[in-house]
Amino acid sequence: MPDTPMKGRVLVVDDDLALAEMLGIVLRGEGFEPSFVHDGDKAMEAFRETKPDLVLLDLMLPGADGIDVCRQIRAESGVPIVMLTAKSDTVDIVLGLESGADDYIVKPFKPKELVARVRVRLRRTEEPAPEVLQIGDITIDVAGHSVRRDGEPISLTPLEFDLLVALARKPRQVFTREVLLEQVWGYRHAADTRLVNVHVQRLRAKIEKDPEHPEVVVTVRGVGYKAGTA
Amino acid sequence: MTDDDDTRHASVAQPDGGPGAARSRWHRIAAFPLRCYLTAQRGARALVRAVHSRWRRSLQLRVVTTTLLISALVTAVLGFFLVQQVLTGLLDAKREAALNDHKTGLDTAVSIMQEGDQSTDQDGRAKEITTELSNHSGTTGLYEVVILPTVGGLRGYATVEESSVPQRLRDEVRPSPELGEQYVTYTQIVDDDYRAPGLVVGARLSNTYELYYLFPLDHEQQMLDLVQNTVFFVGTVLILLLAVIAYIVTRQVVNPVRAAAGSAERLAAGDLSERMKVRGEDDLARLALSFNDMAGNLQEKIRELEELSQVQRQFASDVSHELRTPLTTIRMAGDLLYEDRDELEPHMGRSVELLQSQLERFEELLADLLEISRHDAGAATLSMERVDVRDAVMKAVGDAEQIAEKSGIKVVMRLPAEPCTAEFDARRINRILRNLIVNAIEHSEGKDVIVTAAGDRDAVAVGVRDFGVGLKEGEEHLCFDRFWRADPARARTTGGTGLGLAIAKEDAQLHGGWLQAWGMPGKGSQFRLSLPRREGQELRGSPLPLAPPEMATGRVRGFSATMGEGAPGAGSADTVGERAEAGAPEEVS
Repeated sequence: MPDTPMKGRVLVVDDDLALAEMLGIVLRGEGFEPSFVHDGDKAMEAFRETKPDLVLLDLMLPGADGIDVCRQIRAESGVPIVMLTAKSDTVDIVLGLESGADDYIVKPFKPKELVARVRVRLRRTEEPAPEVLQIGDITIDVAGHSVRRDGEPISLTPLEFDLLVALARKPRQVFTREVLLEQVWGYRHAADTRLVNVHVQRLRAKIEKDPEHPEVVVTVRGVGYKAGTA
Repeated sequence: MTDDDDTRHASVAQPDGGPGAARSRWHRIAAFPLRCYLTAQRGARALVRAVHSRWRRSLQLRVVTTTLLISALVTAVLGFFLVQQVLTGLLDAKREAALNDHKTGLDTAVSIMQEGDQSTDQDGRAKEITTELSNHSGTTGLYEVVILPTVGGLRGYATVEESSVPQRLRDEVRPSPELGEQYVTYTQIVDDDYRAPGLVVGARLSNTYELYYLFPLDHEQQMLDLVQNTVFFVGTVLILLLAVIAYIVTRQVVNPVRAAAGSAERLAAGDLSERMKVRGEDDLARLALSFNDMAGNLQEKIRELEELSQVQRQFASDVSHELRTPLTTIRMAGDLLYEDRDELEPHMGRSVELLQSQLERFEELLADLLEISRHDAGAATLSMERVDVRDAVMKAVGDAEQIAEKSGIKVVMRLPAEPCTAEFDARRINRILRNLIVNAIEHSEGKDVIVTAAGDRDAVAVGVRDFGVGLKEGEEHLCFDRFWRADPARARTTGGTGLGLAIAKEDAQLHGGWLQAWGMPGKGSQFRLSLPRREGQELRGSPLPLAPPEMATGRVRGFSATMGEGAPGAGSADTVGERAEAGAPEEVS
C-alpha cells in the first residue's frame, strides 16, 4: 500500500461493474482513493473495513436495497453519503434523503458534476478556527465538531453539523432554502429544495426537545429557516 | 362652475325633496302588493316544483297516489250503485205498503159513505171519514189523511196542510174515470213547521171527494242516511287501507330497487367491492345476483388493467434504470475522451466530438421518452405553485438565450406591466415555454422571435411568434404528433427529440390548459399556451388571440388549431382582428 497523501477515501457501492470501474477511473483521476463493493449485503462489511471518508451509493442494488444500506451506514456513522439514482421521481429521492443520504445525483451525470458533489462533501477537512456558538441551550464547538445540550453531547452527521453552524453563525438572519443549498450543499444554481427540508427535519429530530414545536431551528413561513432564540 | 350648476347638482343629489320624491313614495306603495304577489307566486312555484320533483323521483309516491285515486273512484261508483239499490228497494216496499193502506182506507171510507148516518150531510161524513181513517193510522203517524172536494162549495179535511198534496197529482186523480183508481207520487209533507219528504197516494172517493194518504218517508230517509254514512265510512277506510297496502307492497319492491340503485351508485363512485345482499330466489334476488356478477367482472377487469398499468409503469422505471446506468458509464467515458480530444488525431478528435453531441441527444431522447411514457401511464403529477407568468417567460427566454445567440436571433419579450400570477407547475411550464421558444428560433430563419404574455381575470396566456416558413394547412394539428418534423428534407440544426411539442401538449392538458398553433406558409407561425389562473378551474377563453393581430387586420385567413377543449374556429382571423384592434387582449374562444 503506497502511503501517498490522498484527498479522501471513497467507497463506491454499485452493482454495475462497468459504471463502478468508470467511477473509479474518474475519482482516481481527481486524486481520490476509491474502493468498491458490488453487493448490498457486503456493503457494511466493506464500509467497516475501508473506513471511507465518503460513500457513493447506488439506490438500486441486488441483495440489500440501497435505502437499507444507507440506513445501516447512518446508524453507525455520520460519514457523508451521496446517492446515485436513475429515478428522478419524487418518492425515491425523498426516501433516500430521509434514510440519511446527504445529497443525491441523478444518472446520467457528467464526471465534473460528480466530482463537484464529492468535493463539497469532503471540503470540511480544512481546519476551522476555534469558535464556540450558542443557540438557546445548544452549545456548538465548531473546531471540535461537537454539539452539546447542558453538557450532554449530541451526535450529528457532518452535514447536519454544517447546517446547524450555518444557521447559528448569523442568529437573527433568515436563510432561504436556496441560500442554505449554496452554503451547505455547494449548489450555485437553484436545486432541489427538498434537500433542505428533509435535513432540517433530521436535524430537528436530534436537537429539538420537541421536534413538533421546534425552538432551535425555526421555520419562517414563506421564507426559510433561522436559528431560534429560545 | 356656477351657482346654477350647484343647485342643479344638489337637487339631483337629494331626490327626497321635490316631486320626484312623491313619485318614488307612490312607487313604493304601489310596489308593495306587487311584491307580495310576486313572493306568493314564487312560493307557489317552488312548492309546485318540489311536489313535481318528488313525484318524478319517487316511484312509491306515484304508486300510492295512483292506487288512492283509482280505489277512490271505484269505491265512489260502487257506493253510488249500492245506495241507489237500497233506495229503490226501500221506496218500492213503501209504495207497496202505501197502496195497500190506501186501498183499505178507501174501502173503509166508501163503507162510511154508504152505511153511515144518513142524517149527517156530505160534509160531516167527510169529517167523520178523516177522523176514522186517521185513527187507523195510529199514534205513530204512519200516514196522514187528506180529503179534498172535487167540486166547489165543499170543504176538505186534512190532518196536515192541504197543500202537501201536489197539484199535479190532483190533476191526475180528478179526471180519472173510475172511483178508487190509485195514483202515486212523491211530495213534501207540510204541517206548520214540520217538513218531511213523503209519498202521497190518491184516488177518487166519490164524485165529490178525493181521498189522499200521505206517508212520511222519515224512516226511509234515516235508513238511507245510515246506509250512505256506512258506505262512506267503509269506503274511506277501504281506500286508506288500499293505500297502506299499496305502500307496503311497493315498499317491498322499491326498497330492494333503491338498495340496488345505492349499490350501483357506490360502485360507480369507485367502490369496487360493493355487492348487493341476495335474499331468496325471486326476481329481485336475480337482479342482485346479476348485479354482483357484473360488479365482480368489473372489479376483475379493473384489477387487470391496474396490474397492466402497474407493469407498464414498472417497465418504464426499469427501462429508465437499465438504460441510464450504461448511459452514465458511456457518458463519463465520452467526457474523459472529449476532455483530451486535442491530444488525439484530428479524425479521432472529430469522432469524439460526434460521440459527445450524439450522447447528449440520446440522453435528451431518453428523458423525453420517459416523460411521455409517464404521461401515457397517467403517472405524471403536478406540483403547483403561484408564479408570475412574466417570471416564467423571462426564465424560459433566459434558458434559450444561448441557442438564440448562436443562431443570431433576437427574442423580443412583450410582457404586461403588472404582475400576472397563476397557479402552475413551474418546471413543466418552463419546459413548455423553452420548447416553444427554441422551436421558434429554429424555424424563424434569422428573423426575430416575439414572446407575448397576457392575463385576464380567469386565465393567462403566452404566445410565441416566429416569422419563418410557417405551417401549412393541417400542420397546426400534425405538429403536436410524436416525432413529427416540419420538413423531413430540412437539415436538423439544433436537433430536438421530436417529442417536445407532444410533451408540451400533454403538460398543458395536465394543467387544464390549451396549447394551440396558428400558421401560414411564408408568414410564420404562432404557438399559444393558455392556462387557467387557479388550479382545477375550467378554461373558457384565452387573453391572447391565437392568430397574430397584424395577420388578422390584413383579413388573411391563417390556419389555426385548437388543442384541448377549445371551441373549433377559436381565433378565426376576422374576429381576432377586430378584437385585437380594439386594444386590450381579450377572450376569443
